[in-house]
Amino acid sequence: MAFMNFLKPNNKLEKGGRAAAPVQQDEGEPEKVCPNCHKSYPVSRILSNNNTCPCGYHFRMNARQRIHFICDEDSFAELFDDIKSADPLKFPGYKKKLATVSASYGGKEAVMCGTARIDGSECCIFVMDSYFMMGSMGTAVGEKITLLFEYAKDRRLPVVGFTVSGGARMQEGLYSLMQMAKTSGAVKRHSDAGLLYITILTDPTTGGVTASFAMEGDIILAEPGATVGFAGARVIEQTTGKSLPKDFQKSEFILKHGFADDIVPRSKQKQMIGNLLKMHSEVSII
Amino acid sequence: MSMTAYERVKIARSEKRPTGLDYINNIFKTFYEFHGDRFYADDTAIVGGIAYLEKMPVTVIAIEKGHSAKERAFRSFGMPNPEGYRKALRLMKQAEKFHRPVICFVDTSGAFCGIGAEERGQGEAIARNLMEMMTLNTPVISIFVGEGGSGGALALAVSDRVWMLENAVYSVISPEGCASILWKDASKADVAARNLKMTAEDAKNFGIIEEIISEDQIDKPIFYENIKKKLNDEILLLMKENDLLEKRYERFRAIGRPLVQG
Repeated sequence: MAFMNFLKPNNKLEKGGRAAAPVQQDEGEPEKVCPNCHKSYPVSRILSNNNTCPCGYHFRMNARQRIHFICDEDSFAELFDDIKSADPLKFPGYKKKLATVSASYGGKEAVMCGTARIDGSECCIFVMDSYFMMGSMGTAVGEKITLLFEYAKDRRLPVVGFTVSGGARMQEGLYSLMQMAKTSGAVKRHSDAGLLYITILTDPTTGGVTASFAMEGDIILAEPGATVGFAGARVIEQTTGKSLPKDFQKSEFILKHGFADDIVPRSKQKQMIGNLLKMHSEVSII
Repeated sequence: MSMTAYERVKIARSEKRPTGLDYINNIFKTFYEFHGDRFYADDTAIVGGIAYLEKMPVTVIAIEKGHSAKERAFRSFGMPNPEGYRKALRLMKQAEKFHRPVICFVDTSGAFCGIGAEERGQGEAIARNLMEMMTLNTPVISIFVGEGGSGGALALAVSDRVWMLENAVYSVISPEGCASILWKDASKADVAARNLKMTAEDAKNFGIIEEIISEDQIDKPIFYENIKKKLNDEILLLMKENDLLEKRYERFRAIGRPLVQG
């Protein structure tokens, strides 16, 4: 039965998450300028520092880089990678856009899902990708996230999710919007089964993803300096005519207002997530 | 000749159209409004409480836009803040406790967009409603009576049945917003409206709503009488349902699924 193949990890392409080692947009450039401290450093130095600047600024990572960085070596096995976006509304230009993005970027959708170990602990993991249509959620993203939570619930595994998204993908209209309800339902069932879900909010997490599975974790962590919000800052400025607070919708703002458990720099994420998984593991180690 | 999608958007937004309170006052009896989210404030954009539908006590929640300029300002133009969604959830949980069905009237251009709304977690409030409504153990019916603007509308529509008035619209983004993002030109809203497929007919064709309610007699008492009867019949059916929550999950679970599986 073809459907059952969805339930098996697919090791072909992404074994260990290492197949696609870091490829930067600005490949070929010897130096990278940090938008925070304005100093420039060799790309290789930034990359070997978890893609962060020595000043602490966190550059964005694509899904493969993120998986490579967070998962134990050779532990990532991709799931549901044959799910691709359709064009349910026949929206002008969308099919072409999908083809262009897939061809130029290589990723198949704005989220990668799988099983992995983090610091020795087994989990299900999803990592969204800002390089694929700004991490927007259409039916494929919604379906993959939903399948992952169902898979995790059936196998009693925790879920670790890295979010990055511009929101719902408007080219799929109502179908995209409904993915918010669909994913939330799957998160709820996983939660009601007594299982752990950790979200790590990365830059930027906005719109329909913030208003669904990004904010539904038992533990919500944020990367330093990430933009996290529902409505876009520019839209808020335009509609209210008010100037926005300096740290508006930044991780620090989210923490201050009580919507994240902590801000965790990339250098500490693996250990912390590993520890959190251990502290919630069903087989207690006494 | 049938109307364009954008013409329907304009009708859905019209100030003359019945608003949430009109539906409450014309369909239900002995409505008691319950205010506040118990955390922060009472959001005037959402009206909620308990009432009789025929002889059955029900919980009613409605996004209210107001008619006059003054009313509309007071109702923040039907754009709820996080406390509105939290009030709605509080009343739904209360309904679950006392085995009352929930009926929601949805009419919003979207969740309120502002500094305070972000500070108080607009995204979190909507997300929580989506999660909690999925397992709310009592029948829930949502009726879209005007605009169904994105997550702000969906936060009251993770329901067993979703119905739309024939000129109501439901969309992931406003046509103006879509046009300005995609084509840097908000005046192409009519093109966006057509392509977003946001009419009641579209939503029904996609299997996202169950029924379209005719507006032929929208200015007459029979219009409300028909909705009352329809609600009553459907709730009686839903109350006999053994797998209510399983079916609600499946209702959303199925959306988009066949499109993406290779």
